[in-house]
Amino acid sequence: MPLDRSVIGRATRGESLLISRSRLRFFAKATGQKDPVYTDLDAARAAGHRDLPVPPSFFTAIELESPDPFAWLDELGVDLRSILHGEQEFTYHRMAYAGDELRTRSKITDLYDKKGGALQFIVRRTEITNQAAEPVADAVSVTVVRQLSLT
Amino acid sequence: MTTASWQPGDVVSSLALEPISRTTLSYFSGASGDHNPIHLDTDVAASAGLDDVFAQGMLSMAYLARAVTDVVPQERVRRLGVRFTAITPVHGQPTCRATVESVETVDGERLATLALDVRLADGTTTLAGTALVRVD
Repeated sequence: MPLDRSVIGRATRGESLLISRSRLRFFAKATGQKDPVYTDLDAARAAGHRDLPVPPSFFTAIELESPDPFAWLDELGVDLRSILHGEQEFTYHRMAYAGDELRTRSKITDLYDKKGGALQFIVRRTEITNQAAEPVADAVSVTVVRQLSLT
Repeated sequence: MTTASWQPGDVVSSLALEPISRTTLSYFSGASGDHNPIHLDTDVAASAGLDDVFAQGMLSMAYLARAVTDVVPQERVRRLGVRFTAITPVHGQPTCRATVESVETVDGERLATLALDVRLADGTTTLAGTALVRVD
């Protein structure tokens, strides 16, 4: 079933993630990051950071921490196998570090079609804040829903 | 090369990755929190009509972020945005590139716009994007 524009404005439950050094080191391992600033506390401090920095694209991990991170798609009747990541953008306000507890607030801000409705694009905006309620980053994510015949 | 000398057209960062293994997809699933089985489980991929699993888009974005922070300290990165233009198959071998598009002075700060892309060995562009960074 194609989605209709009534989904615009729907907010998704916020999530929070206490950032650990071990998680950031694992992210560095998974992404082949060799720059010691991202894994070695002494190197991070020598570069002027108060702890290991959260790397630029990590922030999507916060909402994915929820026990059922794709529930918002389920609620829209979207099969997980039919989605692709279309776009992702981050605007940064301040650095975040291991030890910070980051929170998200997300909302669907647009929905549009291409190819006569064969592809639908869900635009979500997410505000990411730290434990002091300071803005860390704003994210815009576009999810592409393909109309597939799935079994 | 310091960022002070960046000129439009300069390729300021290039990062060639190893072919993406299934092990990498598994690690990145855990590290990124994206546990969508379409990236891990060939049975799920087959049920969606695909021949095999494919890489998480955010894995390539993480590589692209590395290419940027290799040449600009992260605290100078103001914005990073990408469009995912093609699926990255398992064993795909990405190369990330950052090219200076423009350098402008805004409110006394010098800001460079970088054009970013990720390409596979066969020439397919999988990501295209931009970064806004503060330069000297």
